[in-house]
Amino acid sequence: MEPLSNRKKNVAQKEMTLSERMYLPAIAQGLGITIKHFFKKKATINYPEETRSRSEIWRGLHVLKRDENGAERCTACGLCAVACPAEAITMTAGERKKGEEHLYREEKYAVTYEINMLRCIFCGLCEEACPKAAIFLQDDKLAPARYERDEFIYGKDRLVEPLKTTETK
Amino acid sequence: MDSVVLIYKGIYILAIFGISLLIATYSTYFERKIAAFIQDRVGPNRAGPMGLLQPLADAGKLFFKEEFIPAKANKVLFILGPGIAMLVAAMSSAVIPFGDTLILGETTFDLIAIDVNIGVLYIFGVVSLGVYGLMIGGWASNNKFSLLGAIRAASQNISYELAMGLSLIAVLMLSGSLSLKVIAEQQAGFNWNIWYQPLGFLIFLICAFAETNRTPFDLPESEAELIGGYHTEYSSMKLGMYLFAEYINIFVVSAVMATLYFGAYNFPFMDNLRNAFDDPVLGNNVVTILGVGVMFAKIFAFIFFFMWVRWTLPRFRYDQLMKLGWNILIPLAILNILLTGGGILLYDYFTKG
Repeated sequence: MEPLSNRKKNVAQKEMTLSERMYLPAIAQGLGITIKHFFKKKATINYPEETRSRSEIWRGLHVLKRDENGAERCTACGLCAVACPAEAITMTAGERKKGEEHLYREEKYAVTYEINMLRCIFCGLCEEACPKAAIFLQDDKLAPARYERDEFIYGKDRLVEPLKTTETK
Repeated sequence: MDSVVLIYKGIYILAIFGISLLIATYSTYFERKIAAFIQDRVGPNRAGPMGLLQPLADAGKLFFKEEFIPAKANKVLFILGPGIAMLVAAMSSAVIPFGDTLILGETTFDLIAIDVNIGVLYIFGVVSLGVYGLMIGGWASNNKFSLLGAIRAASQNISYELAMGLSLIAVLMLSGSLSLKVIAEQQAGFNWNIWYQPLGFLIFLICAFAETNRTPFDLPESEAELIGGYHTEYSSMKLGMYLFAEYINIFVVSAVMATLYFGAYNFPFMDNLRNAFDDPVLGNNVVTILGVGVMFAKIFAFIFFFMWVRWTLPRFRYDQLMKLGWNILIPLAILNILLTGGGILLYDYFTKG
């Protein structure tokens, strides 16, 4: 029966010609291919010195932003924790005392704020949920590898943006 | 006078020994670099500038590793194996002429360690001793895979030595001498043996790959089938000695091929260059020094070719290996002898009447 597709191929074990049986032309051909690769541009990226370029919307390590006066923007509303599909975010809220206005922007603030980087899937939903524009995923930092599990739970000490000290001019 | 020659020979032998060790050391580096380049990688580049200290780091690592000897192994032979391999490999570069003569003051220095009149035989004898190192090591390990590797090494070396020797006979018919120095001198200028012996060179080249256990003939140490072959049980610097001996062997075989077929230290227009100098001594020395450079360039080209082939071709099957050696290379080598003999007869007939 004639097949409907034209993919059928007649195969036959044909006798090799003398030049094929000598193998030397084939070997020379192979040597040609390898020497071509010898001079080719290398695919390697020398990692610690060079890094692969990341996309501009890369979602890396989180940061808790401060406002223009250096006060923390986060009000501990918990929307990020609710939005988080991996349940990586926990926090406890506290009330701002008198004289702490330069530290916290709103009357309520996060006393503790923890993200478990082992749970986090870096989806960026916390960033979208935040009504105060307090949490962002940076495009230039990663959560580095560590030896202990509890070192992956990032508290406020590692999440809050450091104060810009050089601004007082 | 005699003491000058003696001291000179001692220094020269030490220098050749050092150079062959150095080349073997850096062969490991270049092997890795070339492998990497052919596979579109960059290779070792962490130790020193461009990874140039990598061989030292490797050797340091090997020295600090555990010196393991299997419980049921024959201890003496187990230690002797890599020793023999290394000794024999280092011995064979003694008769290779790395250059012509240097004239300093009154004295003429030959740039060859020992000018024996049976140089080719010496190389053959010493190189075929090298397989004892592998065999003893493989047998003494008391391990099936090591033994299999050793058996393969032995049978492969014996099979390919035949074809190698036969292909060499054609060269010896042309030169009429077994001394490597005489063979080198006969190829002055561009009168290289490769033009007269292309088939012989091809056979010699293939056999050289087999003799040094290089891919595509690296069956004695095929890790896929035999774990590591004859050096399965070896660790630390004893393993390093085996690997080192292999690289020295490659260096020696490259030097022999350059001497026998590619005119050793001779290069085109060397006579014109020599005559261009007013002072014949100066001209001679300049040509000799250039010749040493040319010799090493040829050796490095062969070493590169060895590595290039290694990262191109897959390994032979054992029956293919034996078939190639006995059924193809030996008849071809005999045919080459006949052709050479006929050629010499015809040449004599037409030139001498």
